[in-house]
Amino acid sequence: MDILKNHNQSTNKQGAGSPTANPPALFVRDLTVAYNRKPVLWDIDLDVPSAVVAGIVGPNGAGKSTLIKAILDLVPHTSGNVEIFGRPYKEQRLIVGYVPQRESVDWTYPITALELVAMGLYRKIGWFKPVTARYRERAREAMDQVGMADFADRQISRLSGGQQQRIFLARALVQDASMYFMDEPFAGVDASTEEAIMAILQELREQGKTVFVVHHDLETVRRYFDHLIMLNMRVVAAGACSEVFTEENLRRTYGGRLTLLDRAVDAIGGIKP
Amino acid sequence: MIWTSLDTWIVVAAALAGLASALVGSFLVLKKMSMMGDAISHAVLPGIAVAFILTSSHASGVMFLGAAVIGVLTAVLVQLVQRYGRLEQGAAMGVVFTVLFAVGLILIEQAAQHVDIHPEHVLFGAVELVPLYTLQLFGLAIPRGVAVLGVITVVNLAVVVLFFKELRLAGFDPALADALGIGSGRMHYLLMVLVALTTVAAFEVVGSILVIAMLIVPGATAHLLTKRLVSFLVVACGVAVTAAVLGHVAAALLTAPENGVIPQALTLLHRRVVVARQDILGLLVRHTETFSTKGNAVLVPEPTGLNLQQLRSLPGSPFPAGSGMLRLALITLRLSGSVSRTGKRYYLTPQGMKQAHELLRSHRLWERFFHDEGNVLLDELHPAADYLEHYTDGELREALAHKYTGEGRDPRGNKIPD
Repeated sequence: MDILKNHNQSTNKQGAGSPTANPPALFVRDLTVAYNRKPVLWDIDLDVPSAVVAGIVGPNGAGKSTLIKAILDLVPHTSGNVEIFGRPYKEQRLIVGYVPQRESVDWTYPITALELVAMGLYRKIGWFKPVTARYRERAREAMDQVGMADFADRQISRLSGGQQQRIFLARALVQDASMYFMDEPFAGVDASTEEAIMAILQELREQGKTVFVVHHDLETVRRYFDHLIMLNMRVVAAGACSEVFTEENLRRTYGGRLTLLDRAVDAIGGIKP
Repeated sequence: MIWTSLDTWIVVAAALAGLASALVGSFLVLKKMSMMGDAISHAVLPGIAVAFILTSSHASGVMFLGAAVIGVLTAVLVQLVQRYGRLEQGAAMGVVFTVLFAVGLILIEQAAQHVDIHPEHVLFGAVELVPLYTLQLFGLAIPRGVAVLGVITVVNLAVVVLFFKELRLAGFDPALADALGIGSGRMHYLLMVLVALTTVAAFEVVGSILVIAMLIVPGATAHLLTKRLVSFLVVACGVAVTAAVLGHVAAALLTAPENGVIPQALTLLHRRVVVARQDILGLLVRHTETFSTKGNAVLVPEPTGLNLQQLRSLPGSPFPAGSGMLRLALITLRLSGSVSRTGKRYYLTPQGMKQAHELLRSHRLWERFFHDEGNVLLDELHPAADYLEHYTDGELREALAHKYTGEGRDPRGNKIPD
């Protein structure tokens, strides 16, 4: 553990001791989550700078989704402290966007694509107020951004998997957040959609926003991410992608899953420690 | 069919129960929590029972408070059982509501001597009794059940309108609702409270079994037909109201054994045929009499019978031109052997003559009665006697005959047949 912690700190220019001076975008200390007294995440520490696209990788059951949900207070955590831009999450809700896994919702729900995108604005619209034309226009712009302008009035069950993922992204975009958490945005989408989504994420980074992406495809990690969190119940390694995405860290993250590992090592190619 | 204000109130009550249920039930269907309607509608039973025991009255505020508490309690218990029992949601609901329902049944059975509530009443409701208990509201006598359901429908509609987008988001994507600070849990408990209140308001009218269908079926139907949430709710409400109206009409037409429309119509038809038969017998028997120079009726030795045309046009014939009733009654008379036909003319058989004389006897006894007892003028005697002769049985006839023993003739001097 000590080695890992030192490693974490070495990649954190601010240092863990002074989060308020120029706080990291995401600051997590001692975060532990348990289901039925069985720990799922153990003693998580993270310091992630702003304006990065950060990947979260790890084997199935490593707690990747749970990490996001714990940060967003969607699952209760036994202990730990989360700060976003130096303030507790509860105060920063409006500047944090969330894209859940596509399978987590019922796509037969009777709403149109535009209505789904407009959901990202509900907090801004406020209680008791309807979704007015102004907000629908904002939703339409976001759909245009993800190349879905023509599908605004389509019922969501009649969209393909890639299209559903795109309007989920559009819904996050209308939130106009400073930080985004995306749970497997590339799951079940075609190559062109993946490229389109990635282009948008990079654009968000150019705008100074911080994006977290739960990711599975180790072959694209180096190309997609500036920052990487390698997770297997604990943080195995976290830091600049080029520094932590090593064969040794992969081995420690994925353990004995050799087939996967071999492919990943192939993907890493030249970078051997 | 015969439609009374009773029918109107029954349909209004059922429609309001349907509307209130459809509004909240739609969100249960969309959340894939249809079973929760089942659970809560059963689980409110102990709440109802406790409220009855405490206040001994229906529709009290205490009862609705109890229902709201039970609604939240059920939702909380389901979640606890689900988490700690490691069960799927449906199984957790099954465990919770059967236990609460059993507790409710025991309470009701225990309290049955003290309060007028019965398990059957709770299970099946009594929509037909809705118009019996009324309240004075705005100067109108409104059935209490209708008033209560009206309030609940308005409350449900108000909540759905006010929290439309929050309910929509919490139903579709609870995680985002939580992340946006809307709180899917809050919306869930709000919905559970409404389901419980609706169930309590509706149980008296439709019972806790039918209310489950009212919660779920409109939403399930709308889910198949619509692509937008607004149209979803409109269709669900339309289904609820249509079901209430059609259900009542169908029940009235098909099943009600004594008071249904079809039995009533058959009874009416039967009575009209009986009257028409007796009118024909009357026409035929009077035709066998002729009038003496003094104006008294005497029997003609060789009656000639009457044809259809004459039966319609003779003075005193109740049959308008083209009356199907005349033909129908003649057919039944010939089948029963009271009338025979030769050529186009109809004659009384001996049996028919006997029946006709009984009628004539009743008629003329009544005329005697009204003339002697009521000082009714001669000209006005006939219609009353004509009406009563159809409803005079042997006993009444002989009672009248006994009174006028020895008279032998009606006020006009016509012989009263023996």
